[in-house]
Amino acid sequence: MDKTTLDGNAAGGILREVFLFEMTLAEGACAHCGATNAIGATTAYMSGMGTVLRCPSCEHVLIRIVSTKGSYWLDMQGVRALHIKPEL
Amino acid sequence: MERTALPGRLIWQIGEVVATHPETERSKSLTLALPIWPGHLAGQHVDIRLTADDGYQAQRSYSIASPPEDGRQIMLTIERLDDGEVSPYLTDELRIGDKVELRGPIGGYFVWEERLGGPLLLIAGGSGIVPLMAMIRHRRAAGSTIPIRLLASFRTYDDIIYRDELEHLAGDELALEVITTLTRTQPPGWTGYMTRIDAELLRDVAWPIEQHPLTFICGPTQFVETTAANLLALGYEPTRIKTERFGPTGDT
Repeated sequence: MDKTTLDGNAAGGILREVFLFEMTLAEGACAHCGATNAIGATTAYMSGMGTVLRCPSCEHVLIRIVSTKGSYWLDMQGVRALHIKPEL
Repeated sequence: MERTALPGRLIWQIGEVVATHPETERSKSLTLALPIWPGHLAGQHVDIRLTADDGYQAQRSYSIASPPEDGRQIMLTIERLDDGEVSPYLTDELRIGDKVELRGPIGGYFVWEERLGGPLLLIAGGSGIVPLMAMIRHRRAAGSTIPIRLLASFRTYDDIIYRDELEHLAGDELALEVITTLTRTQPPGWTGYMTRIDAELLRDVAWPIEQHPLTFICGPTQFVETTAANLLALGYEPTRIKTERFGPTGDT
């Protein structure tokens, strides 16, 4: 995939592979600066290597997802808490 | 006790092309009939996946242009990127009856439903108009009276996507205003704007801050970031501004 800046919106598909719910409305609290933002409002970098979501407030990495051959690596150390709202 | 149904896995499915419509020289609308469709919200997208004979796969997200009211058919409008891996195939090769693999609907953040209120300020850079058009079509199909102001930036008159439909709708409804700026060339007699969307233009056309407009901005990354920053600088509420950055696209 092109390595350009997108939004967390674009990561909605890969997130739905891992999570049960629509995730762009979920809110993540940044472990670095504490800002809480909807996943859809984060900055997303997507490439063949995987997806990186960064905090729109301080740019620190929130979530990394890499999928290889049907398995997933999920690095969430940048998120202090994830508030999932299963309405969609 | 009744159980709330859990959403199922987001699965890949095969849609069939049932109509195609060229919108501009570089963009085309595809209407796809889908076997499984839970319904979507205006602003949501689908992922499309192409698989080559050797197994290589390329995947892209495309916004849905049609309103939820269209049932199990969705329209996508694809802008052709000359060096793209996916879009030239979708715009140049696909014919009626062809199949395409996709999953969706995806996204809950950049969506509009009547309960979210308004007035709406929709700001489009080029093909960023696609999810905003779904909102305009949905508002009409749902009979909503929430006023919409669409501010759209294109390079030339011929680059205006949905031009005829927008002219028709804006002529038909007082509550829909369409403001277009053409940034590269303008046809003779053009009375619209001719500059990029900057703070001055936004001050001219955006709803007064006291009306607490709900703003959706969609377009190329730089366009979206500049426009959002300008709105914030003008004093609009950050929580009422939603953005969707398209990846690489042509200029606006």
